[in-house]
Amino acid sequence: MDHLLEIQNLEVKFRLRSGEVTAINDVSFFLDQGERVGLVGESGAGKSVTGFAIIKLISKPGFISGGKVLFEGRDIAGLSIEEVRNIRGNRISMIFQDPMMTLNPVLSIGTQMTETILAHKNVSKAEAQAIALDKLKKVHIPSPEKRLDQYPHEFSGGMRQRIVIAIALLTDPAVIIADEPTTALDVTIQAEIMDLLSELCESEKMALILITHDLGVVSQVTDRIIVMYAGRIVEQGLTRDVVSNPRHPYTKGLIAALPESQQRGKALSQIPGTMPSLTDMPQGCSFHPRCELVMPICKEKVPELIELDNKNALVACHALAKGGAS
Amino acid sequence: MFAFVIRRIIQSLFVILVIGFIGFAIKHQIGDPVRDLVGISVSKAERDALREELGLNDPFMSQYVRFMKNAVRGDLGMSFFYKKPTLKVIVKKAPATLELVFVSSLIIIFLSIPAGVYAAIRPRSWLTRFIMGASIVGVSIPVFLTAILLIYVFSVELGWLPSYGRGATVSLWGWETGLLTIDGWKHLILPSIALSSIMLPLFIRLIRSEMMEVLQSEYVKYAWAKGLAPRRVYFVHAFKNTLLPVITVGGVQLGILIAYTILTETVFQWQGMGFMFLEAVERSDTTLLVAYMMVVGVVFVAVNTMVDIIYGLVNPTVRIAGRK
Ligand SMILES: Nc1ncnc2c1ncn2[C@@H]1O[C@H](COP(=O)(O)OP(=O)(O)O)[C@@H](O)[C@H]1O
Ligand code: SF4
Ligand SMILES: [Mg+2]
Repeated sequence: MDHLLEIQNLEVKFRLRSGEVTAINDVSFFLDQGERVGLVGESGAGKSVTGFAIIKLISKPGFISGGKVLFEGRDIAGLSIEEVRNIRGNRISMIFQDPMMTLNPVLSIGTQMTETILAHKNVSKAEAQAIALDKLKKVHIPSPEKRLDQYPHEFSGGMRQRIVIAIALLTDPAVIIADEPTTALDVTIQAEIMDLLSELCESEKMALILITHDLGVVSQVTDRIIVMYAGRIVEQGLTRDVVSNPRHPYTKGLIAALPESQQRGKALSQIPGTMPSLTDMPQGCSFHPRCELVMPICKEKVPELIELDNKNALVACHALAKGGAS
Repeated sequence: MFAFVIRRIIQSLFVILVIGFIGFAIKHQIGDPVRDLVGISVSKAERDALREELGLNDPFMSQYVRFMKNAVRGDLGMSFFYKKPTLKVIVKKAPATLELVFVSSLIIIFLSIPAGVYAAIRPRSWLTRFIMGASIVGVSIPVFLTAILLIYVFSVELGWLPSYGRGATVSLWGWETGLLTIDGWKHLILPSIALSSIMLPLFIRLIRSEMMEVLQSEYVKYAWAKGLAPRRVYFVHAFKNTLLPVITVGGVQLGILIAYTILTETVFQWQGMGFMFLEAVERSDTTLLVAYMMVVGVVFVAVNTMVDIIYGLVNPTVRIAGRK
């Protein structure tokens, strides 16, 4: 069966003064119609870069140096910028992290909504406004008619993120990529916004790529989880399997660090050390300086992503490769 | 917005009071109104009588109040040299200066915006390198040198443009304008280029650096992610935000242009306020100097207030804060 979106061996590099560094290495995954996939990992894992690479929006000095982004039968990575523009904000919408920064401070909400529709659809301004109103209703903005003339600073953070979600819905996209959509928000409204987003994906039949460092959020919303570390996928599987039975030492560490897995009275369980920087990548498995199970081979050879019990469960670790598939 | 405008106007009135105070203090210290009135061939006793009569022996503050009262009525004293009210002298010279500043501002605005925006959008192109290189050269050459170079090349060597004076002017309701005759425009070209030569590079660099910063912002990245056309991203999303800081800084700089007119007008024998100022210095015409300072100060404050109000119109945060 053909997937809605299929990323094959994606590679993204940054051209720094000291030379080129690889931020995304051999990343492959797919997304089916209406499916919800979580992209998790600590900060700096390459989640955002992966998300932006899907719509070919890597800002300089970065560039897609290899691989394919197959979407509706075409490779986005190979399209011209004009062709990509027809997909961005149209078939694939993005939601950014901080709604205080994503909306343009000097343009009214109405302008920022209708311009998106007019960029992609052949409709009149009045029709565009009607669509905008309809979507504002869908994200439960009270008295939407009055809102179109207002400016971003007149809204709270939560309201702004609702507006950003409404903008994402404007063109009835097939995919929404949400990059840490609740991280910048007040804790008290995070769940509300996350619920809204996941309900809308369901009712509008949109697929969702949810990017977050918070495994807790991902486990509530998504069908599948992709765990990234230092620009590579280290584990992939159905959400319930990964959460209840993590295989990769890094995933295990992430799960053990979740507040709900912490035991009372015990010290907070955290993975020791930090994510390596791109200019200082360890040889072999890039997780080895932080791994309890490290073996000599880990320091030499990058572990391949292999199937474990079924074709949905993949993991990249030498310790598991030995026991599992030989 | 209305409250904002009122607040700004009150602030400017306060600034004008301060300017008046400084002007009066200068006049009080170095001016000699008795000499201005009667010359030096009058006896000491007569002078002292005149001093008393003019209230020059009154306390400083009451003299200041009287000075400001007169100033509000448009009486800034008599010019020693012209034997006329200073404000009349200045008003007669003002059109020449204002037209020069106006044309220079137009040159600055209409060249710096496209150049600055282009340099921000295409930071690596050869044209950008040229613009930025030329702008460094531009700021580092003093105005009077630019003026002399322009005169040398276009008047002396090529003989294309006149080198001094305003040329033919037409009187329009008492305003002597050079903008309505071809000869007037010919005379305007070199001085206005010379006058803009300092600010133009500054404006280009300012617009470019502000625009480049805005282009890095999340909302511009978001605009790209929405699939908008480049024209819309650059000129609506980015440029509108670039304008805000440029208006603030730029407004002040355009005000400072008036100060540079002193140099430009002198080199080009341009019969405006700047030229008059330098002559007044040579003639120790203190009353005229102080009057010039006051008028320029008021113009400067007025320009800044207008700039702030325009800023408020462009920036919804200010506009709407006032609306509530
Ligand atoms: N513009 C850039 N220039 C250089 N390095 C970058 C740039 N953007 C991201 N990176 C690097 O790419 C890596 C992945 O970043 P990112 O995808 O933002 O991580 P995250 O998983 O936190 O979203 C990080 O090491 C980051 O330093
Ligand atoms: S490959 Fe080795 S170092 Fe990497 S996670 Fe597995 S055991 Fe740890
Ligand atoms: Mg990120």
